[in-house]
Amino acid sequence: MATDAAVLPPDVRRRMLMGQAGWYVLLSGLSLLVLFPIWMTIVRAVSEPFVYIERGQPYHPVAFDWGVFGDAWREGNLGRSMLLTLAVTAIVTVAQLVTSVLAAYSFAYVRFPLKNVLFVLIVASLLLPIEVTLVANVRTIRELGWLDSVQGLSAPFLASAFGIFLIRQGFLGVPGELRDAARLDGFGHFAFMRRVAIPLNRPIIASFALITALGTWNQYLWPRAATTREKWETVQVALRSVSVQHPERFNVGVAAAILASLPILAMLIFFQKQIIRGLTAGAVKG
Amino acid sequence: MSTAEAPAVAAPALTDADADSAAAPRRRRSSRVKEALFGYALLVPAVVILGVFAYYPLYRLVHFALYRPNRFGRGEVYVGPSNITRVLGGDEFKEGLWITVKFLLYTVPTGLVLGVLLALAAHRHLRGIKIFQGIFSSTVATSVAVASVVFFGLVNPKIGKFGQVGLIDLSKSSSALRGVALTSIWQNIGLTFVIVLAGLQAIPDQLREAAQLDGFGAFRRLYKVTLPLLAPTLMFLLVVLMIFAFQAFAPIEFLTQGGPAGSTETLVFKIFRRQDPGSISEGAVMALGLFGLTFVVTLLQLTILNRRVHYGD
Repeated sequence: MATDAAVLPPDVRRRMLMGQAGWYVLLSGLSLLVLFPIWMTIVRAVSEPFVYIERGQPYHPVAFDWGVFGDAWREGNLGRSMLLTLAVTAIVTVAQLVTSVLAAYSFAYVRFPLKNVLFVLIVASLLLPIEVTLVANVRTIRELGWLDSVQGLSAPFLASAFGIFLIRQGFLGVPGELRDAARLDGFGHFAFMRRVAIPLNRPIIASFALITALGTWNQYLWPRAATTREKWETVQVALRSVSVQHPERFNVGVAAAILASLPILAMLIFFQKQIIRGLTAGAVKG
Repeated sequence: MSTAEAPAVAAPALTDADADSAAAPRRRRSSRVKEALFGYALLVPAVVILGVFAYYPLYRLVHFALYRPNRFGRGEVYVGPSNITRVLGGDEFKEGLWITVKFLLYTVPTGLVLGVLLALAAHRHLRGIKIFQGIFSSTVATSVAVASVVFFGLVNPKIGKFGQVGLIDLSKSSSALRGVALTSIWQNIGLTFVIVLAGLQAIPDQLREAAQLDGFGAFRRLYKVTLPLLAPTLMFLLVVLMIFAFQAFAPIEFLTQGGPAGSTETLVFKIFRRQDPGSISEGAVMALGLFGLTFVVTLLQLTILNRRVHYGD
């Protein structure tokens, strides 16, 4: 593009540059709008809370206090709640991967009666999100004695209809010639799954794993309902006790919220492409 | 996970596509049975989990709706379907439904328009455009709880910078829901942007260039070329945002706890509050009502997903 622009007549070039400048101004303005709530949150976290309110809540930090992040870490007991959330996230992600890949493989490659009925039943479970089943699932978990436990926090999410659907689509896209070649080579189902089907669909499987991890870490309603003691609160639920329940020390609350977002932010930066592929799966033809 | 390993040795060979032409019929049948058993075995883990935590709860909700716990003993009293019609026709449910719909009307159109505007602005060849795209998608990293904390600091009547702005005043029942909705709108910007941008990127550049050569201006290109081609993406997004609106909970609990005077008690919030033995029956009926609502919208989504998948082949 740059070389094209160089050979254009000067007045056209100037108009193009002006147009570009206009887009930069617009994009910067929109960026400020999107980032404004985050900026105000950071300002509030590092400002001494009483001075900040007294000065009329300015748009810039006042009376810097970096110690707030240490306070938030201790008062929110974030070390424990992050470890707990990490454990739940790891269990749910690995379990969803295993259960989804196995089921997806079965639907894509194995012949058995009632396959379509079972597939429709599994996909139809998307109609029963946790918001609908909440009351009943909390009762079940309580009867199992799993309130306030890792198994109680993870159990309802060990399988995913979305994952089965998505990975089955990927498996169905594997060319038939590869299957024939694998059969001639004497591959059994597991060898074919491990050496052909999964490697060929690694991108979509990785994207699915990442958005599962993201969603599990960020989950709120279920961990809120399945815990009764602070000790077992996931980091998202812990944010509530440390922030909105102590508005007079709100700087600590927002600092905790910032710390709770850091792992996800890191994930997003490292795996941006894969996560976006996962989030847009289903929306746009891949 | 023993199912994953144990049958590894016994796993049947890959299906022969032309099995019918094979010679030994008996061996064929036994290998078919083996194949079917293998297929079911792979489904067991997923089916058990979805059965226990998706379908069994549906049965339990119906049960809770039809029975009332005995006040003294541990038994239950059958109250029958009249309980369901009573709750669904009652003021609490109708109020919750109306507030949920209002929340949807506040969040979905605004969110959709914002997402499209941001994506249109950021879908162009400019140096450093990736930075802007990263910024616009950044709220993907914020959870509902984090977004709620962020907006508590902005719109809380006591300590919020904009706590006194009339349009989003959380202390008035006429405006509180709008203040809560703002949280959801902002939190969903990232996802909406990412999806619309992907939709735009899927449109071949040649189409736009051809329209340009035909003398289409920027606005006519937008209305005659870009938006029609984006329609399936927008349809998908519409459904996703509607379901998000039905399911919103954290912003309400963080910002208003359902108040003032119950004006922000959406269906999910009301259901969450009805879990003890005395009110679980009512909560279960409300959950079934929410199921009905989700049912209609999700079916819409599935039809769209299905259609797109067929087009994909």
